Amino acid sequence: MANSLLNDPEILRELIMDHYQYPHNHQLTEDKSYASVHMASDSCIDDITVQSLIRDGKIQDIRFDGVACTISTASTSMMTDLLKGKSVEEANGIIDNYFSMIDAGEYDPDVLEEAVAMKNVYKQANRIKCATIGWKAMRQMIDESEKES
Amino acid sequence: MLDVEKLRQDFPMLVNQPDLIYFDNGATTLKPKCVIDAVTDFYTSHTSNVHRGDYAIAATNDRLYDGTRKIFAKLINCEPNEIAFLHNVTACLNQAAYGLGKMLKEGDTVLLTKAEHASNLLPWFELAKEKNLKIEYIETDRQANISVESFRRAMHEGVKVVSIAHVTNVLGSIQPVKEITEIAHSYGAYVVIDGAQSVPHMKVDVKDIGCDLYGFSAHKMCGPGGVGILYGKHELLEKMEPLYRGGDMNARFSSDQTVLLKNAPVRFEAGTPDIEGVIAAGKAAEYLMEIGLDEIHEYEKELRAYLLEGMQKLDNIEILNPDNEYGPVAFNAKGVFAQDAAGYLASKNIAVRSGNHCAKILHEIIGTDQSIRASLYFYNTKEEADRFVQAASEISLENAVGIFF
Repeated sequence: MANSLLNDPEILRELIMDHYQYPHNHQLTEDKSYASVHMASDSCIDDITVQSLIRDGKIQDIRFDGVACTISTASTSMMTDLLKGKSVEEANGIIDNYFSMIDAGEYDPDVLEEAVAMKNVYKQANRIKCATIGWKAMRQMIDESEKES
Repeated sequence: MLDVEKLRQDFPMLVNQPDLIYFDNGATTLKPKCVIDAVTDFYTSHTSNVHRGDYAIAATNDRLYDGTRKIFAKLINCEPNEIAFLHNVTACLNQAAYGLGKMLKEGDTVLLTKAEHASNLLPWFELAKEKNLKIEYIETDRQANISVESFRRAMHEGVKVVSIAHVTNVLGSIQPVKEITEIAHSYGAYVVIDGAQSVPHMKVDVKDIGCDLYGFSAHKMCGPGGVGILYGKHELLEKMEPLYRGGDMNARFSSDQTVLLKNAPVRFEAGTPDIEGVIAAGKAAEYLMEIGLDEIHEYEKELRAYLLEGMQKLDNIEILNPDNEYGPVAFNAKGVFAQDAAGYLASKNIAVRSGNHCAKILHEIIGTDQSIRASLYFYNTKEEADRFVQAASEISLENAVGIFF
Protein backbone atom coordinates (compact mmCIF):
# COMPACT_ATOMS: atom_id res chain seq x y z
CA MET A 1 0.00 0.00 0.00
CA ALA A 2 1.35 3.39 -0.89
CA ASN A 3 2.38 5.27 2.21
CA SER A 4 0.34 8.34 1.31
CA LEU A 5 -2.76 6.27 1.92
CA LEU A 6 -1.50 5.54 5.42
CA ASN A 7 -2.06 9.18 6.32
CA ASP A 8 -5.77 8.92 5.70
CA PRO A 9 -7.64 8.40 8.98
CA GLU A 10 -10.47 6.64 7.14
CA ILE A 11 -8.05 4.07 5.74
CA LEU A 12 -6.33 3.60 9.09
CA ARG A 13 -9.67 3.03 10.77
CA GLU A 14 -10.63 0.50 8.12
CA LEU A 15 -7.32 -1.26 8.64
CA ILE A 16 -7.90 -1.66 12.37
CA MET A 17 -11.43 -2.92 11.81
CA ASP A 18 -10.27 -5.31 9.15
CA HIS A 19 -7.47 -6.75 11.26
CA TYR A 20 -9.90 -7.09 14.18
CA GLN A 21 -12.63 -8.83 12.22
CA TYR A 22 -10.31 -10.96 10.12
CA PRO A 23 -7.06 -11.21 12.06
CA HIS A 24 -4.07 -12.54 10.16
CA ASN A 25 -2.00 -15.52 11.34
CA HIS A 26 -4.75 -16.19 13.85
CA GLN A 27 -4.31 -19.87 14.56
CA LEU A 28 -2.00 -21.54 17.03
CA THR A 29 0.10 -24.54 16.17
CA GLU A 30 0.77 -27.71 18.17
CA ASP A 31 4.34 -27.73 16.81
CA LYS A 32 6.62 -27.92 19.85
CA SER A 33 9.51 -26.22 18.07
CA TYR A 34 7.63 -22.90 18.32
CA ALA A 35 8.24 -20.58 21.25
CA SER A 36 5.04 -19.48 22.97
CA VAL A 37 4.08 -16.62 25.27
CA HIS A 38 0.75 -16.31 27.05
CA MET A 39 -0.07 -12.68 27.87
CA ALA A 40 -2.78 -12.49 30.51
CA SER A 41 -1.28 -11.34 33.75
CA ASP A 42 -0.97 -7.70 32.85
CA SER A 43 -4.56 -6.93 32.08
CA CYS A 44 -8.03 -7.70 33.27
CA ILE A 45 -9.52 -8.86 29.99
CA ASP A 46 -7.08 -9.31 27.12
CA ASP A 47 -5.82 -12.86 27.11
CA ILE A 48 -3.72 -13.79 24.10
CA THR A 49 -1.07 -16.33 23.19
CA VAL A 50 1.61 -15.52 20.63
CA GLN A 51 3.79 -18.22 19.07
CA SER A 52 6.86 -17.83 16.91
CA LEU A 53 9.48 -19.87 15.14
CA ILE A 54 12.86 -18.16 15.12
CA ARG A 55 15.62 -19.97 13.23
CA ASP A 56 19.06 -18.84 12.02
CA GLY A 57 18.48 -15.27 13.16
CA LYS A 58 15.25 -15.02 11.18
CA ILE A 59 11.60 -15.00 12.22
CA GLN A 60 10.17 -17.84 10.17
CA ASP A 61 6.60 -17.73 11.46
CA ILE A 62 4.33 -15.94 13.96
CA ARG A 63 0.85 -16.95 15.09
CA PHE A 64 -1.57 -15.81 17.75
CA ASP A 65 -4.96 -16.44 19.26
CA GLY A 66 -7.05 -15.36 22.22
CA VAL A 67 -9.72 -13.01 23.51
CA ALA A 68 -8.89 -9.36 23.10
CA CYS A 69 -10.23 -5.93 22.17
CA THR A 70 -9.95 -4.32 18.74
CA ILE A 71 -6.69 -2.57 19.54
CA SER A 72 -5.03 -5.68 20.99
CA THR A 73 -6.22 -7.94 18.23
CA ALA A 74 -5.49 -5.56 15.35
CA SER A 75 -2.09 -4.47 16.66
CA THR A 76 -1.02 -8.08 17.18
CA SER A 77 -2.32 -9.10 13.76
CA MET A 78 -0.37 -6.23 12.14
CA MET A 79 2.72 -7.25 14.10
CA THR A 80 2.56 -10.81 12.75
CA ASP A 81 2.36 -9.52 9.17
CA LEU A 82 5.15 -7.07 9.66
CA LEU A 83 7.72 -9.20 11.47
CA LYS A 84 7.23 -12.51 9.73
CA GLY A 85 10.23 -13.23 7.49
CA LYS A 86 12.33 -10.44 9.01
CA SER A 87 15.74 -10.94 10.55
CA VAL A 88 15.89 -10.60 14.32
CA GLU A 89 17.85 -7.41 13.86
CA GLU A 90 15.29 -5.87 11.50
CA ALA A 91 12.46 -6.99 13.79
CA ASN A 92 14.09 -5.35 16.81
CA GLY A 93 14.37 -2.09 14.87
CA ILE A 94 10.69 -2.22 13.92
CA ILE A 95 9.61 -3.05 17.48
CA ASP A 96 11.68 -0.13 18.82
CA ASN A 97 10.01 2.20 16.35
CA TYR A 98 6.58 0.88 17.27
CA PHE A 99 7.10 1.28 21.01
CA SER A 100 8.40 4.79 20.43
CA MET A 101 5.29 5.65 18.41
CA ILE A 102 2.98 4.25 21.10
CA ASP A 103 4.93 6.28 23.64
CA ALA A 104 4.30 9.48 21.58
CA GLY A 105 7.97 9.56 20.60
CA GLU A 106 9.69 9.74 17.21
CA TYR A 107 9.35 6.90 14.73
CA ASP A 108 9.87 6.01 11.11
CA PRO A 109 6.43 5.46 9.55
CA ASP A 110 7.98 3.66 6.58
CA VAL A 111 9.21 0.72 8.64
CA LEU A 112 5.95 0.40 10.54
CA GLU A 113 3.77 0.19 7.43
CA GLU A 114 0.13 -0.57 8.42
CA ALA A 115 0.98 -0.51 12.12
CA VAL A 116 0.99 3.30 11.92
CA ALA A 117 -2.75 2.89 12.34
CA MET A 118 -1.95 2.71 16.08
CA LYS A 119 -0.28 6.12 16.09
CA ASN A 120 -3.01 7.83 18.14
CA VAL A 121 -3.37 5.20 20.83
CA TYR A 122 -1.05 7.16 23.12
CA LYS A 123 -3.89 9.67 23.51
CA GLN A 124 -5.89 7.05 25.41
CA ALA A 125 -3.46 6.04 28.14
CA ASN A 126 -5.60 3.13 29.30
CA ARG A 127 -5.29 1.50 25.86
CA ILE A 128 -1.51 1.55 25.56
CA LYS A 129 -1.35 -1.90 27.12
CA CYS A 130 -3.77 -3.14 24.46
CA ALA A 131 -1.63 -1.79 21.63
CA THR A 132 1.56 -3.37 22.97
CA ILE A 133 0.47 -6.72 24.37
CA GLY A 134 1.28 -8.80 21.27
CA TRP A 135 4.41 -6.81 20.49
CA LYS A 136 5.74 -7.36 24.01
CA ALA A 137 5.16 -11.08 23.63
CA MET A 138 7.19 -11.06 20.39
CA ARG A 139 9.99 -9.01 21.94
CA GLN A 140 10.14 -11.51 24.79
CA MET A 141 10.52 -14.43 22.38
CA ILE A 142 13.21 -12.62 20.40
CA ASP A 143 15.14 -11.85 23.60
CA GLU A 144 14.93 -15.47 24.66
CA SER A 145 16.03 -16.75 21.25
CA GLU A 146 19.04 -14.44 21.38
CA LYS A 147 19.97 -15.71 24.84
CA GLU A 148 19.88 -19.26 23.54
CA SER A 149 22.01 -18.62 20.48
CA MET B 1 -39.64 12.28 46.29
CA LEU B 2 -35.96 13.14 46.10
CA ASP B 3 -35.02 16.62 45.00
CA VAL B 4 -32.20 15.31 42.82
CA GLU B 5 -31.23 18.67 41.37
CA LYS B 6 -30.77 20.01 44.88
CA LEU B 7 -28.82 16.93 46.00
CA ARG B 8 -26.51 17.25 43.00
CA GLN B 9 -25.39 20.63 44.34
CA ASP B 10 -23.93 18.78 47.35
CA PHE B 11 -21.40 17.05 45.07
CA PRO B 12 -18.47 19.24 43.93
CA MET B 13 -17.60 16.63 41.27
CA LEU B 14 -20.99 17.11 39.64
CA VAL B 15 -20.68 20.88 39.82
CA ASN B 16 -17.11 20.87 38.47
CA GLN B 17 -17.82 18.29 35.76
CA PRO B 18 -21.22 19.35 34.46
CA ASP B 19 -20.90 17.30 31.26
CA LEU B 20 -19.78 14.08 32.88
CA ILE B 21 -22.27 11.24 33.13
CA TYR B 22 -21.01 9.18 36.01
CA PHE B 23 -22.59 5.72 35.73
CA ASP B 24 -19.77 3.86 37.46
CA ASN B 25 -21.19 3.99 40.95
CA GLY B 26 -20.71 0.27 41.46
CA ALA B 27 -16.97 0.95 41.34
CA THR B 28 -17.00 3.98 43.59
CA THR B 29 -19.28 6.91 44.30
CA LEU B 30 -18.86 10.66 44.28
CA LYS B 31 -18.44 12.48 47.57
CA PRO B 32 -20.68 15.20 48.99
CA LYS B 33 -19.15 18.32 50.46
CA CYS B 34 -19.92 17.30 54.07
CA VAL B 35 -17.72 14.22 53.63
CA ILE B 36 -14.89 16.15 51.97
CA ASP B 37 -15.08 18.78 54.73
CA ALA B 38 -14.84 16.12 57.43
CA VAL B 39 -11.58 14.86 55.89
CA THR B 40 -10.06 18.32 55.43
CA ASP B 41 -11.18 19.48 58.89
CA PHE B 42 -9.24 16.63 60.39
CA TYR B 43 -6.11 17.82 58.55
CA THR B 44 -6.61 21.51 59.13
CA SER B 45 -8.13 21.66 62.62
CA HIS B 46 -7.85 18.46 64.64
CA THR B 47 -5.08 16.09 63.54
CA SER B 48 -4.00 13.44 66.03
CA ASN B 49 -3.87 9.71 66.47
CA VAL B 50 -6.62 7.91 68.40
CA HIS B 51 -6.66 5.84 71.57
CA ARG B 52 -3.21 7.06 72.62
CA GLY B 53 -3.16 10.81 73.31
CA ASP B 54 -3.73 12.61 76.59
CA TYR B 55 -4.58 15.98 75.08
CA ALA B 56 -7.82 17.61 74.09
CA ILE B 57 -7.59 17.14 70.32
CA ALA B 58 -6.79 13.46 70.75
CA ALA B 59 -9.80 13.11 73.03
CA THR B 60 -11.95 14.82 70.39
CA ASN B 61 -10.77 12.34 67.80
CA ASP B 62 -11.38 9.38 70.12
CA ARG B 63 -14.91 10.64 70.54
CA LEU B 64 -15.41 11.22 66.80
CA TYR B 65 -13.79 7.94 65.73
CA ASP B 66 -15.49 5.67 68.25
CA GLY B 67 -18.68 7.70 67.95
CA THR B 68 -18.85 6.71 64.30
CA ARG B 69 -19.62 3.14 65.42
CA LYS B 70 -22.94 4.48 66.72
CA ILE B 71 -23.76 6.02 63.36
CA PHE B 72 -23.13 2.77 61.51
CA ALA B 73 -24.96 0.80 64.20
CA LYS B 74 -27.96 2.97 63.48
CA LEU B 75 -27.52 2.59 59.72
CA ILE B 76 -27.64 -1.22 59.74
CA ASN B 77 -29.39 -1.80 63.11
CA CYS B 78 -26.84 -3.33 65.45
CA GLU B 79 -24.86 -2.42 68.57
CA PRO B 80 -21.88 -0.03 68.28
CA ASN B 81 -19.53 -2.70 69.64
CA GLU B 82 -20.48 -4.89 66.69
CA ILE B 83 -18.90 -2.46 64.20
CA ALA B 84 -15.20 -2.80 63.34
CA PHE B 85 -13.41 -0.43 60.96
CA LEU B 86 -11.16 -2.16 58.44
CA HIS B 87 -9.77 -0.81 55.20
CA ASN B 88 -12.37 -1.90 52.66
CA VAL B 89 -14.89 -4.68 52.15
CA THR B 90 -12.09 -6.87 50.77
CA ALA B 91 -10.36 -6.60 54.15
CA CYS B 92 -13.67 -7.47 55.84
CA LEU B 93 -14.06 -10.63 53.76
CA ASN B 94 -10.43 -11.63 54.26
CA GLN B 95 -10.94 -11.14 58.00
CA ALA B 96 -14.09 -13.26 57.83
CA ALA B 97 -12.30 -16.08 56.01
CA TYR B 98 -9.32 -15.93 58.33
CA GLY B 99 -11.38 -15.72 61.51
CA LEU B 100 -13.94 -18.36 60.64
CA GLY B 101 -11.20 -20.46 59.03
CA LYS B 102 -9.67 -20.97 62.46
CA MET B 103 -12.90 -22.65 63.51
CA LEU B 104 -13.14 -24.98 60.50
CA LYS B 105 -11.62 -28.41 60.04
CA GLU B 106 -10.52 -30.54 57.11
CA GLY B 107 -13.38 -31.63 54.87
CA ASP B 108 -15.77 -28.83 55.92
CA THR B 109 -17.62 -27.09 53.09
CA VAL B 110 -17.81 -23.38 52.25
CA LEU B 111 -20.80 -22.49 50.11
CA LEU B 112 -20.48 -19.61 47.61
CA THR B 113 -21.97 -18.58 44.25
CA LYS B 114 -20.24 -18.13 40.92
CA ALA B 115 -21.51 -14.55 40.78
CA GLU B 116 -19.31 -13.42 43.66
CA HIS B 117 -16.68 -10.73 43.39
CA ALA B 118 -13.05 -11.88 43.64
CA SER B 119 -12.92 -10.59 47.21
CA ASN B 120 -15.57 -13.09 48.25
CA LEU B 121 -13.94 -16.00 46.41
CA LEU B 122 -10.15 -15.76 46.63
CA PRO B 123 -9.91 -15.63 50.47
CA TRP B 124 -12.05 -18.78 50.62
CA PHE B 125 -10.08 -20.48 47.84
CA GLU B 126 -6.89 -19.88 49.77
CA LEU B 127 -8.41 -21.11 53.00
CA ALA B 128 -9.72 -24.21 51.26
CA LYS B 129 -6.26 -24.98 49.93
CA GLU B 130 -4.65 -24.46 53.31
CA LYS B 131 -7.17 -26.40 55.41
CA ASN B 132 -8.35 -28.87 52.82
CA LEU B 133 -11.91 -27.58 52.75
CA LYS B 134 -14.47 -28.12 50.03
CA ILE B 135 -15.83 -25.20 48.00
CA GLU B 136 -19.33 -25.62 46.59
CA TYR B 137 -21.52 -23.23 44.61
CA ILE B 138 -25.19 -22.50 45.09
CA GLU B 139 -27.06 -22.84 41.82
CA THR B 140 -28.43 -19.55 40.47
CA ASP B 141 -30.56 -18.58 37.51
CA ARG B 142 -29.06 -16.88 34.43
CA GLN B 143 -29.27 -13.51 36.14
CA ALA B 144 -27.45 -14.83 39.22
CA ASN B 145 -30.47 -14.97 41.52
CA ILE B 146 -30.49 -17.62 44.23
CA SER B 147 -33.92 -19.05 44.96
CA VAL B 148 -34.71 -20.27 48.46
CA GLU B 149 -35.32 -23.73 46.96
CA SER B 150 -31.95 -23.86 45.22
CA PHE B 151 -30.28 -22.76 48.44
CA ARG B 152 -32.07 -25.50 50.34
CA ARG B 153 -30.79 -28.02 47.78
CA ALA B 154 -27.22 -26.74 48.12
CA MET B 155 -27.25 -26.84 51.92
CA HIS B 156 -26.12 -29.94 53.82
CA GLU B 157 -24.58 -30.99 57.15
CA GLY B 158 -21.03 -30.51 55.89
CA VAL B 159 -21.53 -26.79 55.13
CA LYS B 160 -19.99 -24.67 57.87
CA VAL B 161 -19.88 -21.28 56.13
CA VAL B 162 -22.12 -19.63 53.55
CA SER B 163 -20.64 -16.48 52.03
CA ILE B 164 -22.59 -14.50 49.43
CA ALA B 165 -23.21 -11.00 48.17
CA HIS B 166 -26.44 -9.38 49.30
CA VAL B 167 -26.62 -7.69 45.89
CA THR B 168 -24.33 -9.05 43.14
CA ASN B 169 -21.91 -6.56 41.65
CA VAL B 170 -22.48 -7.11 37.92
CA LEU B 171 -26.13 -8.09 37.63
CA GLY B 172 -27.63 -6.51 40.74
CA SER B 173 -29.39 -9.68 41.83
CA ILE B 174 -30.85 -9.18 45.32
CA GLN B 175 -30.43 -12.43 47.22
CA PRO B 176 -32.94 -13.67 49.83
CA VAL B 177 -30.36 -13.31 52.59
CA LYS B 178 -32.82 -13.57 55.48
CA GLU B 179 -34.24 -16.92 54.33
CA ILE B 180 -30.76 -18.15 53.46
CA THR B 181 -29.49 -17.24 56.92
CA GLU B 182 -32.36 -19.00 58.61
CA ILE B 183 -31.79 -22.21 56.66
CA ALA B 184 -27.99 -22.05 57.08
CA HIS B 185 -28.34 -21.52 60.83
CA SER B 186 -30.63 -24.52 61.12
CA TYR B 187 -27.59 -26.53 59.95
CA GLY B 188 -25.27 -24.67 62.32
CA ALA B 189 -23.40 -22.86 59.52
CA TYR B 190 -22.11 -19.29 59.73
CA VAL B 191 -23.41 -16.74 57.24
CA VAL B 192 -21.12 -14.04 55.83
CA ILE B 193 -22.59 -11.34 53.60
CA ASP B 194 -20.77 -9.02 51.20
CA GLY B 195 -22.79 -5.84 51.41
CA ALA B 196 -20.67 -3.70 49.08
CA GLN B 197 -23.53 -3.18 46.60
CA SER B 198 -26.44 -3.22 49.05
CA VAL B 199 -25.80 -0.86 51.99
CA PRO B 200 -25.28 2.21 49.75
CA HIS B 201 -28.60 1.68 47.99
CA MET B 202 -31.16 0.19 50.38
CA LYS B 203 -32.14 -0.11 54.02
CA VAL B 204 -30.20 -3.02 55.49
CA ASP B 205 -31.12 -4.47 58.88
CA VAL B 206 -28.53 -7.02 59.99
CA LYS B 207 -30.57 -8.06 63.05
CA ASP B 208 -33.54 -8.81 60.84
CA ILE B 209 -31.33 -10.75 58.40
CA GLY B 210 -29.72 -12.57 61.32
CA CYS B 211 -26.37 -13.09 59.57
CA ASP B 212 -23.13 -13.54 61.51
CA LEU B 213 -20.84 -11.20 59.57
CA TYR B 214 -21.67 -8.41 57.11
CA GLY B 215 -19.08 -6.21 55.39
CA PHE B 216 -19.26 -3.10 53.20
CA SER B 217 -17.11 -0.24 51.94
CA ALA B 218 -17.53 3.45 52.75
CA HIS B 219 -16.33 4.65 49.35
CA LYS B 220 -19.29 3.04 47.58
CA MET B 221 -21.71 5.01 49.77
CA CYS B 222 -20.44 8.58 49.31
CA GLY B 223 -17.70 8.05 51.87
CA PRO B 224 -13.94 8.30 51.50
CA GLY B 225 -11.63 5.52 50.37
CA GLY B 226 -9.82 3.30 52.82
CA VAL B 227 -12.67 2.39 55.15
CA GLY B 228 -14.45 -0.93 55.32
CA ILE B 229 -17.13 -1.61 57.88
CA LEU B 230 -17.38 -5.10 59.33
CA TYR B 231 -20.45 -5.97 61.34
CA GLY B 232 -20.23 -9.11 63.42
CA LYS B 233 -22.45 -10.53 66.14
CA HIS B 234 -20.65 -9.50 69.28
CA GLU B 235 -20.27 -13.02 70.70
CA LEU B 236 -18.73 -14.13 67.40
CA LEU B 237 -16.37 -11.15 67.21
CA GLU B 238 -15.20 -11.93 70.76
CA LYS B 239 -14.04 -15.40 69.75
CA MET B 240 -12.79 -14.59 66.25
CA GLU B 241 -9.04 -14.31 65.61
CA PRO B 242 -7.91 -10.98 64.13
CA LEU B 243 -6.09 -11.09 60.82
CA TYR B 244 -3.65 -8.33 61.81
CA ARG B 245 -1.79 -7.88 65.07
CA GLY B 246 -0.01 -4.83 66.37
CA GLY B 247 -0.65 -1.56 68.14
CA ASP B 248 -3.94 -0.65 69.80
CA MET B 249 -5.57 -4.06 69.37
CA ASN B 250 -3.66 -5.62 72.30
CA ALA B 251 -4.31 -4.99 76.00
CA ARG B 252 -0.91 -6.21 77.23
CA PHE B 253 1.87 -8.59 76.29
CA SER B 254 5.09 -9.76 77.89
CA SER B 255 8.48 -11.17 76.95
CA ASP B 256 7.29 -14.73 77.45
CA GLN B 257 5.00 -14.02 74.47
CA THR B 258 1.74 -14.08 76.35
CA VAL B 259 -0.62 -11.66 74.65
CA LEU B 260 -3.94 -10.37 75.87
CA LEU B 261 -6.04 -8.84 73.13
CA LYS B 262 -8.49 -6.00 73.62
CA ASN B 263 -12.14 -6.80 73.30
CA ALA B 264 -13.94 -6.59 69.97
CA PRO B 265 -14.24 -4.54 67.90
CA VAL B 266 -10.90 -2.79 68.58
CA ARG B 267 -8.99 -6.08 68.36
CA PHE B 268 -9.68 -6.06 64.60
CA GLU B 269 -8.19 -2.58 64.16
CA ALA B 270 -4.44 -3.13 64.51
CA GLY B 271 -2.26 -0.10 63.90
CA THR B 272 -3.33 3.47 63.27
CA PRO B 273 -6.69 3.36 61.55
CA ASP B 274 -7.85 5.66 58.76
CA ILE B 275 -9.15 8.11 61.37
CA GLU B 276 -10.21 10.91 59.06
CA GLY B 277 -11.69 8.32 56.72
CA VAL B 278 -13.77 6.74 59.46
CA ILE B 279 -15.02 10.11 60.70
CA ALA B 280 -15.93 11.13 57.15
CA ALA B 281 -17.55 7.74 56.51
CA GLY B 282 -19.82 8.51 59.45
CA LYS B 283 -20.77 11.78 57.77
CA ALA B 284 -21.60 9.85 54.60
CA ALA B 285 -23.82 7.45 56.54
CA GLU B 286 -25.61 10.36 58.20
CA TYR B 287 -26.01 12.05 54.84
CA LEU B 288 -27.64 8.93 53.34
CA MET B 289 -29.91 8.46 56.36
CA GLU B 290 -30.98 12.06 56.10
CA ILE B 291 -32.02 11.55 52.48
CA GLY B 292 -33.57 8.21 53.44
CA LEU B 293 -32.38 4.81 52.26
CA ASP B 294 -35.89 3.76 51.28
CA GLU B 295 -36.27 6.91 49.19
CA ILE B 296 -32.90 6.29 47.56
CA HIS B 297 -33.88 2.71 46.79
CA GLU B 298 -37.20 3.68 45.24
CA TYR B 299 -35.67 6.45 43.14
CA GLU B 300 -32.88 4.20 41.85
CA LYS B 301 -35.36 1.48 40.95
CA GLU B 302 -37.42 3.94 38.98
CA LEU B 303 -34.36 5.40 37.26
CA ARG B 304 -33.04 1.95 36.43
CA ALA B 305 -36.38 0.95 34.92
CA TYR B 306 -36.30 4.13 32.82
CA LEU B 307 -32.77 3.47 31.61
CA LEU B 308 -33.53 -0.18 30.92
CA GLU B 309 -36.61 0.72 28.87
CA GLY B 310 -34.53 3.03 26.69
CA MET B 311 -31.75 0.49 26.30
CA GLN B 312 -34.16 -2.32 25.40
CA LYS B 313 -35.35 -0.33 22.40
CA LEU B 314 -31.88 -0.41 20.86
CA ASP B 315 -31.15 -3.09 18.26
CA ASN B 316 -27.41 -2.97 18.82
CA ILE B 317 -27.61 -3.66 22.56
CA GLU B 318 -28.02 -6.92 24.44
CA ILE B 319 -29.07 -6.64 28.09
CA LEU B 320 -27.74 -9.33 30.41
CA ASN B 321 -30.00 -8.68 33.39
CA PRO B 322 -33.34 -7.44 32.00
CA ASP B 323 -35.44 -9.15 34.67
CA ASN B 324 -33.56 -7.91 37.70
CA GLU B 325 -35.38 -4.95 39.17
CA TYR B 326 -32.42 -3.35 40.71
CA GLY B 327 -28.76 -2.49 40.49
CA PRO B 328 -26.67 -1.92 37.38
CA VAL B 329 -27.77 -2.42 33.80
CA ALA B 330 -25.28 -4.95 32.43
CA PHE B 331 -25.08 -5.12 28.65
CA ASN B 332 -23.03 -5.65 25.53
CA ALA B 333 -23.09 -3.93 22.16
CA LYS B 334 -23.40 -6.59 19.47
CA GLY B 335 -20.10 -7.32 17.74
CA VAL B 336 -18.14 -4.80 19.82
CA PHE B 337 -15.67 -5.82 22.51
CA ALA B 338 -16.81 -4.41 25.89
CA GLN B 339 -13.72 -2.30 26.41
CA ASP B 340 -14.05 -0.81 22.93
CA ALA B 341 -17.67 0.06 23.62
CA ALA B 342 -16.74 1.65 26.95
CA GLY B 343 -14.05 3.60 25.08
CA TYR B 344 -16.70 5.01 22.77
CA LEU B 345 -18.91 5.98 25.73
CA ALA B 346 -15.87 7.59 27.36
CA SER B 347 -15.42 9.72 24.24
CA LYS B 348 -18.93 11.04 25.00
CA ASN B 349 -17.90 11.82 28.58
CA ILE B 350 -19.69 8.83 30.03
CA ALA B 351 -18.03 6.78 32.75
CA VAL B 352 -18.89 3.08 32.94
CA ARG B 353 -17.03 -0.09 33.81
CA SER B 354 -16.23 -2.72 31.21
CA GLY B 355 -14.69 -6.15 31.43
CA ASN B 356 -15.43 -8.92 33.88
CA HIS B 357 -15.83 -6.63 36.91
CA CYS B 358 -13.66 -8.81 39.16
CA ALA B 359 -16.33 -11.51 38.92
CA LYS B 360 -14.20 -13.84 36.85
CA ILE B 361 -16.29 -16.98 37.15
CA LEU B 362 -19.60 -15.24 36.52
CA HIS B 363 -19.21 -16.18 32.84
CA GLU B 364 -20.09 -19.74 33.86
CA ILE B 365 -23.56 -18.38 34.68
CA ILE B 366 -24.13 -15.73 32.02
CA GLY B 367 -22.11 -17.26 29.17
CA THR B 368 -20.02 -14.19 28.39
CA ASP B 369 -16.83 -13.17 30.10
CA GLN B 370 -17.18 -9.49 29.46
CA SER B 371 -19.83 -6.83 29.68
CA ILE B 372 -20.42 -3.16 30.24
CA ARG B 373 -21.92 -2.12 33.53
CA ALA B 374 -23.90 1.09 33.93
CA SER B 375 -24.38 1.52 37.67
CA LEU B 376 -26.54 4.32 39.00
CA TYR B 377 -26.87 6.31 42.19
CA PHE B 378 -29.43 8.71 43.56
CA TYR B 379 -27.69 11.74 42.03
CA ASN B 380 -28.12 10.42 38.49
CA THR B 381 -31.01 11.73 36.42
CA LYS B 382 -33.38 10.77 33.63
CA GLU B 383 -31.72 13.38 31.41
CA GLU B 384 -28.44 11.54 31.89
CA ALA B 385 -30.19 8.27 31.11
CA ASP B 386 -31.50 9.81 27.86
CA ARG B 387 -28.03 10.97 26.86
CA PHE B 388 -26.67 7.56 27.78
CA VAL B 389 -29.20 5.72 25.63
CA GLN B 390 -28.41 8.04 22.71
CA ALA B 391 -24.68 7.33 23.05
CA ALA B 392 -25.32 3.59 23.47
CA SER B 393 -27.34 3.59 20.25
CA GLU B 394 -24.24 4.85 18.44
CA ILE B 395 -21.91 2.08 19.66
CA SER B 396 -20.59 0.24 16.63
CA LEU B 397 -17.25 -1.21 15.71
CA GLU B 398 -16.70 1.71 13.33
CA ASN B 399 -17.40 4.34 15.98
CA ALA B 400 -15.44 2.46 18.65
CA VAL B 401 -12.35 2.44 16.43
CA GLY B 402 -13.16 5.96 15.28
CA ILE B 403 -12.23 7.42 18.67
CA PHE B 404 -8.58 6.91 17.76
CA PHE B 405 -8.81 9.22 14.74
